[in-house]
Amino acid sequence: MSGFLGKLSWDALPYDPIVITTLCVVAVVGAIVAFLVIKNNLLGVLWRDWLTSVDHKKLGIMYIVLAFVMLVRGFADAIMMRLQLALATNGDPGYLPPHHYDQIFTAHGVIMIIFMAMPFMIGLMNIVVPLQIGARDVAFPFLNNLSFWLAASGAILVNISLGLGEFAKTGWVAYPPLAGLEYSPGVGVDYYIWALQISGIGTTLTAVNFLVTVFKMRTPGMKLMDMPIFTWTCTWANILIAASFPILTAVLAMLTLDRYLDFHFFTNDGGGNSMMYINLFWAWGHPEVYILVLPAFGIFSEIVSTFTGKRLFGYKSMVWATASISILGFIVWLHHFFTMGSSANVNAFFGIMTMIIAVPTGVKLFNWLFTMYRGRLRITVPVLWTLGFMVTFTVGGMTGVLLAVPGADYVLHNSLFLIAHFHNTIIGGAVFGYLAGFAFWFPKAMGFHLNVKLGKAAFWCWLVGFFLAFMPLYVLGFLGMTRRLNHTDNPDWNIWLYIALCGAIVIFAGIICQFLQLFVSFRDRKQNLDTTGDPWNGHTLEWSTASPPQFYNFAELPIVSDIDAFTDMKEKGTAYQRKESYAPIHMPKNTSAGIIMGGLLTAFGFAMIWHIWWLAIASLLGTVATFIVRAYTKDVDYYVQPDEVAQIENEHLDNVAKG
Amino acid sequence: MSDHSSEAHSHGSVKSYVIGFVWSVILTGIPFWMVMTEAFDKGPTYIAIVVLAIIQIFVHLKYFLHLDFSEQGKLDTYSFIFSAVIIIMVVALSVWIIYASNAMMM
Repeated sequence: MSGFLGKLSWDALPYDPIVITTLCVVAVVGAIVAFLVIKNNLLGVLWRDWLTSVDHKKLGIMYIVLAFVMLVRGFADAIMMRLQLALATNGDPGYLPPHHYDQIFTAHGVIMIIFMAMPFMIGLMNIVVPLQIGARDVAFPFLNNLSFWLAASGAILVNISLGLGEFAKTGWVAYPPLAGLEYSPGVGVDYYIWALQISGIGTTLTAVNFLVTVFKMRTPGMKLMDMPIFTWTCTWANILIAASFPILTAVLAMLTLDRYLDFHFFTNDGGGNSMMYINLFWAWGHPEVYILVLPAFGIFSEIVSTFTGKRLFGYKSMVWATASISILGFIVWLHHFFTMGSSANVNAFFGIMTMIIAVPTGVKLFNWLFTMYRGRLRITVPVLWTLGFMVTFTVGGMTGVLLAVPGADYVLHNSLFLIAHFHNTIIGGAVFGYLAGFAFWFPKAMGFHLNVKLGKAAFWCWLVGFFLAFMPLYVLGFLGMTRRLNHTDNPDWNIWLYIALCGAIVIFAGIICQFLQLFVSFRDRKQNLDTTGDPWNGHTLEWSTASPPQFYNFAELPIVSDIDAFTDMKEKGTAYQRKESYAPIHMPKNTSAGIIMGGLLTAFGFAMIWHIWWLAIASLLGTVATFIVRAYTKDVDYYVQPDEVAQIENEHLDNVAKG
Repeated sequence: MSDHSSEAHSHGSVKSYVIGFVWSVILTGIPFWMVMTEAFDKGPTYIAIVVLAIIQIFVHLKYFLHLDFSEQGKLDTYSFIFSAVIIIMVVALSVWIIYASNAMMM
């Protein structure tokens, strides 16, 4: 039996000076933010217009804010690791003891994948997809708000682990038996389990929501093969989420049962098999990387097409290439554990499948090149990210094909070559894509332009920093350095570790430029307003709305007859038409049920981690009760009246005429 | 928002839920009984567990998720195909992977 607070005691408080300093800085920053919010009387605005909002555009912005906050946390972990490895050479222990270092590399992986990249991708999808298909919101607006709060709940749990107890020391994959109770008796793995479990359920719900939206709520005339390419790539990503995230939920549930109720799915005694965890984890984990990168491919496609002023080359082949990548991406997961030693036939099958993925990906690259061919490419910040991606991702793709050869993988498995490869694809593919999409759609979402100079500076720092930080890791991989080392004693490696640290510092400069850009752009927003709603001469429906879009998106659902629907309207002269009268618009009301359920589930996760059973039961019952109350609430919608619509529309059309 | 009245989706009756529930109990009970009583050899028991589990998936799809080939049109059929593809890819490949690695241990 455990006490009133379960395993929680004074011992859970940190004693490490680095952690204490971090917590103090976080407390000061948090206090300043809270002070500013209260002083400017923004608490009501924050609650009414943001936290309880069911508007997909606002949820999208909140997702991206979450992603940026977690980027800072994840990057702090990254630079601490690089610094440790640059200091801890020639047998020096460095400044991070192993038990702390192990938590850092685990937290870095979990945060960057689950709490930085996923929210960033889902945020962009939230802002853009309903607008691109001419819908007024997603199919289930409350569910969308709930999904966000589930993601935030997971992020909060990860951050609590910094101050109370510890995080997992297992690496972001948390393989048993290391992640089992016998070798990880502390709360670290439990933080990992509940943070991923809660946010993962939110992600699954998001996918279901957006699949229904895309299948049921396209504007009249838009067939599936008329959908903008970003919407298509997000749809395939959502199909992958719907298919693969339940596997993560199941495998985490099994690990939970092993740790909490003495089950033995993955223990050696009692007939368990830890190989099955590895297998199921990657049956989710590999589709996951395609979930991250496919929407980025869609972003690049939109950008290349928009800034060359041309229709995308090979739209259909792009859709089908995405489909092939999605399906093939689901049958390659074993390449993460070739060395587990399954049979040669198994390794050969998965190796070949992995190599085949390079074909549809190559199709995409050529489509972008052919779109640019004989176009007038405007070198803007989104285009810079795109060009940087095309070079970087090609390198990452080729090292991936190399790793897909099981024989080569036996040499390179778990070496820094692998680390270099997946950072090459995830940073050079997914993150560059999101930052391109951020620069591309920022004026649409916020109503003003981003500072160009700082945007370009951020890009060059990221690009140069990336190559400086990760090319040395390829070399170190060949020199035999394995991943997750705390300190080294090999003089041949030192120079490469120093260069990698320099690269991380250059990326740091890039991130600073990114935040400076936000600050400067916000300060000068009055001079840089986007009054027309169409700053880049866009092709798709989101650019036909105001910036930021009217809260109901479209006064009248547009009727579409072309893939580049907005270009088509501009050419036919049917864009920006004034209407005599408008119909009332049916809209969902904001609700606090999402944030309440998110808060209660955070408490539930915390209680489960610390074995505070009464709190776990109470918060779970509270969550279910909140959901039931919400389910029986009738007052969930309202109508925007025609005169209000007319006023908003006329204001926008006047601005367009002036612009 | 989407107009829900246009879709005459059946959400099932008490009767269909009870039928689904009884089927699920039976399909869970049989393998449980086989394991607990050890009435059969290991081989047939394994096969029976897998076969009954797959049958139960389709029972869930029909009675709880109301998927239906005949009446509801394309999307339900897609969902069925999707489930089948996932079952084949994830379950079959997992079985192959783990079976082959066990075989290497012997």
